[in-house]
Amino acid sequence: MRAGHRDPQLDANGELNHLLTMEGLPAEIVFHILDTAKPFVSVTEREVKKLPLLRGKSIFNLFFEPSTRTRTTFEIAAKRLSADVVNLNVGASSQSKGETLLDTVANLSAMHADMFVVRHAQSGAAHLIAGHVAPDIHVINAGDGRHAHPTQALLDLFTIRHYKGDFSRLRVAIVGDVLHSRVARSQIHALTTVGVPEVRVIAPQTLLPRYVERLGVHVYHDMASGLRDVDVVIMLRLQNERMDGALLPSAQEFYKYYGLTEEKLMVARPDAIVMHPGPMNRGVEIDSGVADGRQSVILPQVTFGIAVRMAVMSILAGH
Amino acid sequence: MKIQIKGGRLVDPGSGRDEVADLFINAGKIVAVGQAPMGWRAGKIIEAGGLIVCPGLIDLSARLREPGYEYMATLESEMSAAVAGGVTSLACPPDTDPPLDEPGLVEMLKHRARILNQARVYPLGALTQGLKGERLTEMAELADAGCVAFSQADASIYDTLGLLRAMQYAATFGFSVWLRPQDPYLARGGVAHDGEVATRLGLAGIPECAETVALSTILNLAQLTGVRLHLCRLSSAAGVERVRQAKATGMRISCDVSAHHMHLSEMDVGYFDSNCHLVPPLRSLADRDALRRGLADGTIDAICSDHTPVDEDAKQLPFAEAEAGATGLELLLPLTLKWMRETGVSLLAGIAKLTSAPAAILGVSGGHLGPGQPADLCIFDPDQSWRVDDQSLVSQGKNTPFRGLEMQGRVIITLVAGHCVYDARTTAKKPGGP
Repeated sequence: MRAGHRDPQLDANGELNHLLTMEGLPAEIVFHILDTAKPFVSVTEREVKKLPLLRGKSIFNLFFEPSTRTRTTFEIAAKRLSADVVNLNVGASSQSKGETLLDTVANLSAMHADMFVVRHAQSGAAHLIAGHVAPDIHVINAGDGRHAHPTQALLDLFTIRHYKGDFSRLRVAIVGDVLHSRVARSQIHALTTVGVPEVRVIAPQTLLPRYVERLGVHVYHDMASGLRDVDVVIMLRLQNERMDGALLPSAQEFYKYYGLTEEKLMVARPDAIVMHPGPMNRGVEIDSGVADGRQSVILPQVTFGIAVRMAVMSILAGH
Repeated sequence: MKIQIKGGRLVDPGSGRDEVADLFINAGKIVAVGQAPMGWRAGKIIEAGGLIVCPGLIDLSARLREPGYEYMATLESEMSAAVAGGVTSLACPPDTDPPLDEPGLVEMLKHRARILNQARVYPLGALTQGLKGERLTEMAELADAGCVAFSQADASIYDTLGLLRAMQYAATFGFSVWLRPQDPYLARGGVAHDGEVATRLGLAGIPECAETVALSTILNLAQLTGVRLHLCRLSSAAGVERVRQAKATGMRISCDVSAHHMHLSEMDVGYFDSNCHLVPPLRSLADRDALRRGLADGTIDAICSDHTPVDEDAKQLPFAEAEAGATGLELLLPLTLKWMRETGVSLLAGIAKLTSAPAAILGVSGGHLGPGQPADLCIFDPDQSWRVDDQSLVSQGKNTPFRGLEMQGRVIITLVAGHCVYDARTTAKKPGGP
């Protein structure tokens, strides 16, 4: 009954102003990001790995939750665009002194930031920040709680397009802890937005959100039928705290029934690719042989991640 | 003083009267309706032409935030908000800090409220010490101090033996027990309805079985002990159905719903709007519609505001960390009128949910316009619209999902015991207000 909510990540002209979630992001913007990222891949491969697109801009990596990999790739992406990067592990400083999230953001805004890359343990933190920054500051969500991790989903799309060409005939399976996964939520929205006709999730009921099928996915509880004839297998990381007996009896049992092994992968298409957002738990959700095998594209994902983040930053900066 | 309310449309669920008639008040009580008493000479005439005159609203749940949370709101601010909303009596839950589990605290609250001389305050005593669900409070002493019933507020009782004992003890003295049904284990960690929106937003869910499982336990024990049970803030279709069945077996129970839950659903959470972080959570549209049907068919007896003023800082946080609750005293009437307009419920039937029904649940006088009743009145204009914003709200809590929206239905005058405690005609107009 209340007034409609305007998508807070788009400006009045429908252009990308913040990147907060894949949900509701128009397909044109998604493809524009993927297209923009493509030439950046070669930048990362040449001798002088710098472009001047973000010269003079300040990018603050605001991490309220520890992360090495994501923070590093954002830092590299920003530096390759010649931006100044400030890394802040806020979890360790102001939050413990009782400063509120918005106070922290207000203080940093006063230091003339142009862009915030935010990671926070609470769903919705990036939306909250985006709703309170000055109009010329852009916010990139680098992961909020269980909600969204849009740059991860974008780099996954980039990877899939790189290996599969187009999205319109693919079957993609996402395996593991969907319930707690911001990566899975963003991947599902991303895949359905670009027109992947069949997205599956495979997990025991305790690791699936209650209304996951309303996101447009097919639900499977076993690998044998869930992986049959898929073109892409995306494994999710299983957090250690999920294995304490409340949701899963043991890591061993999970591996036996849901861990990706050569044998289970046999039912997928022969040219299926295997992806993982990292960091991997070898022997829990994925077998080492598969992780390092010929179908794995896990390391290229990391490389493409830098290019995709460069694309997002340069688009937000107006290029 | 002799007061005559002139030309208003009297809507009195207590007598079933709905007609234009004068009301005559003397010494704080209604002395006549329609026909003036012999030798009547009014000391004051209140013109109510075009307005509706009904019993003062009785709110079954309004947090005044005293003691303990005075930074959120004070007794002064919230009592003013009550009468601005036409509320002349309110029950306040015991979840203050410290909780209302000692007679001294209750006496202090009653005393402070009496000095303010506005709405009548009916404290609900804590059912267990510190609301911890373990040890019984001195219920008889608390009742002597002014508690009208005993409640756990939003705290669950983990120990079902403790709950049984509390009901047995309350039943011994004939006290009512008010419980909001929620199983603490099934609701553990949850911040939103375990539905489509929580799935999309990655919010930890509270399934409706948290309500129905608790309802089964509570109804079972209530039947066993014969305690007078009032169920607070139903939220789900399945919960309404469970209560409907229990009432059909003849159980002496009553229940209420918050005005917010008659209108809003999980969809209103939108992009993590923390003003929609409520307790119980806003559930699906189907649940909301079931609550409306339950109200219409009498399964749900009363509508309350569940008024919970929260300061801005406590709301400006990620959804899960933001404090739950919404300001409601001044929205209770317009939201009820809105429900009536949308569903075609009559004025008499709708106003009953705010007056005669809650009076019966509380076991207090009021809720009726007959001779001898206290002159607690709400005189309102059902058509006047106003905008909900920081200026128009009297409550210190400005936290509401309806912020910025237009409401139809405005309280003009509120009388408590014949005293005019609110008069929109003389109150200075505030910027943004109507």
